[in-house]
Amino acid sequence: MIPVVEMHDITKVYGEGEAEVRAVDGVSLTVEPGEFVAIMGASGSGKSTLMNIIGALDVATSGTYRIDGVDIGDLDDDALSLVRNRRIGFIFQAFNLIPRMSAAANVELPLMYRGVRRGERRRRALDALGKVGLADRSHHQPNELSGGQQQRVAVARALAMEPSLMLADEPTGNLDSRSTADVLDLLDEIHNEGKTIVIITHEDEVAARAGRIVTLRDGRIESDVRAGVR
Amino acid sequence: MILIEALRSGWQAILANRLRSILTTLGIMIGVAAVIILVAFGQGASNSVTSSIQSLGSNLLTITPENPNRGGEIVNPSVQELTVDDAAALNNPFVAPDIAGAAPEKRSAVTCTIDDLSHSTQVVGTWPSYFEITNSPVASGAYFTNADELSGRRVTVIGSTVAESLFPDSDPLGKRISCNGVPFTVVGVQQEKGASFTNPDDVIVAPLSAVENSITGYGEVSLISVQATSPDTTDLAEAQAIAILDERHGTVEGTRDFEIFNQASLLETANTALGVFTALLGAVGAISLLVGGIGITNIMLVSVTERTREIGIRKAIGASRRFILLQFLLEATVLSVFGATAGLLVALLVSRVEIAGISPSVVPISVVGAYVISVAIGLFFGSYPAKRAASLRPIEALRHE
Repeated sequence: MIPVVEMHDITKVYGEGEAEVRAVDGVSLTVEPGEFVAIMGASGSGKSTLMNIIGALDVATSGTYRIDGVDIGDLDDDALSLVRNRRIGFIFQAFNLIPRMSAAANVELPLMYRGVRRGERRRRALDALGKVGLADRSHHQPNELSGGQQQRVAVARALAMEPSLMLADEPTGNLDSRSTADVLDLLDEIHNEGKTIVIITHEDEVAARAGRIVTLRDGRIESDVRAGVR
Repeated sequence: MILIEALRSGWQAILANRLRSILTTLGIMIGVAAVIILVAFGQGASNSVTSSIQSLGSNLLTITPENPNRGGEIVNPSVQELTVDDAAALNNPFVAPDIAGAAPEKRSAVTCTIDDLSHSTQVVGTWPSYFEITNSPVASGAYFTNADELSGRRVTVIGSTVAESLFPDSDPLGKRISCNGVPFTVVGVQQEKGASFTNPDDVIVAPLSAVENSITGYGEVSLISVQATSPDTTDLAEAQAIAILDERHGTVEGTRDFEIFNQASLLETANTALGVFTALLGAVGAISLLVGGIGITNIMLVSVTERTREIGIRKAIGASRRFILLQFLLEATVLSVFGATAGLLVALLVSRVEIAGISPSVVPISVVGAYVISVAIGLFFGSYPAKRAASLRPIEALRHE
């Protein structure tokens, strides 16, 4: 099977000379389809930079990175947009829904960029909202929803894209404990359906849900532990 | 496909910021309306001046007595007056083939009354050919005739202003009015000529013999109206009239005791001046259009800054540069198209109203020009903010608060 994520010796350098900072320093990481991986680390450990590279939001300074076997090392801006659109479903800490657009329209948006027809994408959006338990909130705008509901809309948006990889960046960082549990249960459910999930977090409780925990320190992988069969 | 989707996204953004969109549209609307309305007014003013000059007869020459005066010193002490004989001499097709006719006019202020109504006006004592020479047809009744002139009958053709004033609700034909105590029978009413520098309708026209006999006395005439055979021959007719009068008065250039006023050259001068006037008005309109365009840039830049995070999200979930560029360009274009259309409607509406006696005349080229230019302005001024939006890097845009 082709790995979803296949990183080899990835390095990301900011600045030059004296001011040079190696945010990610020689990371090699492979994520197989169906895995649920948590990437942990203190702030400054390089996990945000790594997450940007995994999500094809940023390009590494050196090393090779393949998503679904596609090398994205030398793709331009538009091609990276296309990769994100086809293969990656983002769930952000700050939800990142577009204000003044209904929940359904937000979920539809990535499908629109993909060129899916209106009726079809409306159907898939409502489907996804149903899965996260927000079918009755499809016409509400983000500011009419609670934080937990907003994050579930974001999960629905990622789901509707049917991505190779669900990439969650501190998805529960802005949520209370009840909403946190809701969202994590949702991720569990999605994982059980066979989706590949990478979650970036600094909370042990969140990481405990994952089948594999990768810990970063100073831009390098400190440990990579499989929790065995859960 | 992508075009429709980008248009839909842009439209959502416009609706999401309704007030701001309306204000931007207003800028373009005012610009477009200003161009069309101001040019229409310039054109309307030009039309009205042209037509009022033409209604006086574009092949009309007016000869008035003039004392040549050089720095207060009288050059020709033996100034002669214009006489009825001068007018008669001009009616000579052998010497002056390009003069169709000439009529002396003796003008005097009079007060005319009927019953208890009274009206101060001007009497013109002249020959029957006056009506044709000065292009003054009657609306009702008839001209007076050569027989009236020969027998000195006190008949008159009154101007429309006089008719309204003295006969507010009765037919003036056949009535007798008293002018400075002299009775005149109304035989005709002139067609209204419309506004000019002086009101050409506030006049009563009567046979020269009758006016001289009963009101002004004999002697010099106020002016002589001369009609050229066509508007193209006014210059020739003018030269012939000068030659005839020079011979009769024994004058040469510089000592002439008369002056010829040429309507055709007046029309030309007026048209040139009005052309400049219209161009100026158009320029004022164009400036407001430009200001409207800069308004679009400003609003779109604010919009890009304010929506940096949104652009970041859109790019993160897969919007291409092209799509973002297209969306922002279309947003600017939609705003300017709406503004231009609204401006066009306002301009067409305002142009139906007559202001200060000028009925605006919409110039098609100004409509098309203003519309096309405003849409072009939307594209041009919208392209810089759109480019900025499209080239935002998603990670930086997402970090933006």
